[in-house]
Amino acid sequence: MFEFVVGSPLNIAFVLGVVLVSAAMLIWVERRFLGFFSERLGPNRVGPFGILQSLADVGKLITKEDWTPPFADKPSFIIAPIIIPVAMLLSFAVVPLAPGVGVMDLNIGLLWVFAMAGLGAYSAMLGGLASNNKFSLLGGLRAAGQMISYEVFMGISILGVVILGDSFNLREIVEAQRDGWFIVPQFVGFVVFLIAGLAETKRWPFDLAEGESEIISGYNTEYSGMKFGLFFVGEYIGMFLLSALIPVLFFGGWLAPFGWEIGPPIVSGLIWMTIKTSFWILFFILVRAALVRPRYDQLMNYGWLVMLPLSLINLLITGAVVLYQGS
Amino acid sequence: MLKAIGKQLYVLWSQVVTLALVFTHLFKKKDTVEYPDVMPYMFPRWRGRIILTRDPDGEERCVACNLCAVACPVDCIALQKTEDENGRWYPEFFRINFSRCIMCGFCEEACPTHAIQLTPDFEMAEYVRQDMVWEKQHLLISGTGKYHDYNFYKIAGKAIGGKGKGEARNELPPVDRRSLLP
Repeated sequence: MFEFVVGSPLNIAFVLGVVLVSAAMLIWVERRFLGFFSERLGPNRVGPFGILQSLADVGKLITKEDWTPPFADKPSFIIAPIIIPVAMLLSFAVVPLAPGVGVMDLNIGLLWVFAMAGLGAYSAMLGGLASNNKFSLLGGLRAAGQMISYEVFMGISILGVVILGDSFNLREIVEAQRDGWFIVPQFVGFVVFLIAGLAETKRWPFDLAEGESEIISGYNTEYSGMKFGLFFVGEYIGMFLLSALIPVLFFGGWLAPFGWEIGPPIVSGLIWMTIKTSFWILFFILVRAALVRPRYDQLMNYGWLVMLPLSLINLLITGAVVLYQGS
Repeated sequence: MLKAIGKQLYVLWSQVVTLALVFTHLFKKKDTVEYPDVMPYMFPRWRGRIILTRDPDGEERCVACNLCAVACPVDCIALQKTEDENGRWYPEFFRINFSRCIMCGFCEEACPTHAIQLTPDFEMAEYVRQDMVWEKQHLLISGTGKYHDYNFYKIAGKAIGGKGKGEARNELPPVDRRSLLP
């Protein structure tokens, strides 16, 4: 029997494998479920149930011509797509999957996640800027504005969780939810975090940075082959990260609801984490299938005039209640 | 202030309703027809592959009148008239370039003898572009297509080998105009 210690090589390999394989599989899962939601079947030709569709997609992307436009700024054009998967993978390092399973046990785990997610903004920004194309530039501008403004109250919205959990360490936050999930006292914070997270990963309905009906494909217009594929994979890792962070912060992470433990803590933790993460992944796919994209001014208004006050009020009330109870 | 809050709540609620509605579609019957495994039902009047038909006697219906070639908006039909020993017209060659054809069915409508017809077959993909050009031997079928009883030379007034004036279906014998004189 292996001894699971956070940060052991086996552990790192396990987490990396899980994240990369899941991100690749998400391409298929998302297309399949988008199909189901619109009463189609989705891709079901490659392998049983189309399960190997991701492999076929990767094969296609790799064998495509990897073209760098002559008018682009070469170094930043090449660096831009690398940043986002790397940043997203790095933020995954602190996400606790089960007791003893994870890459890092960092005391500033939450800050680390936000720092890395903030780096992700450079990817779209540099990509749009380096492409030297007006539509890419517009996409890059939109991405930068959107990600920076939504990051502000994404941070504020989870401060309530930090107050209640009394720690920035994600493992301690999970342990603090043993008596009750944070979704109950922090419902407003949860809603703000959900919406801000959607905007942060540039997923539907906040994909204005891509906005294919207005600006072709936004910041990745000039990208082809595996460079585009990296943007793509980075976005899916980001979605997976968000789907794993929401249970950790608000739904008790690996803790079983109502004490429905299955086997030893690690197995039970992994199973429950998988169930919760899958639920949120499916929710994000549903959001993509259902909701329409707002205008950019609506997005900004909503962010600064609704979400920011809401998160501030939430933080204020949470702090007041905690202080009152402590006295 | 309260009005603004109410509006925001309404906006959020309408998004939730949309999500719920779309979610119910997960359990609905799928519309997809898995085409190569399941063949879709093609309606008889579907405008697909073009054929040349024969009359009930097994002769070619086409009289090489060129009306289809004239009606064709993309000029994909080419043919040349020739005659047999009975004076019956037929095409020497009849060529349809299916890489240009848009399946509009104008040729079928223009045809005075129901010779050219469109069928429900649509599987016409080829690897070599030249294979898209179909000659008369590819187009001509041995059946009558959609109109089983129609035989142009049995109805038309034209005298043709084995059938004199006035012997066509629903046709009176020719009248001697001099007998009508007052």
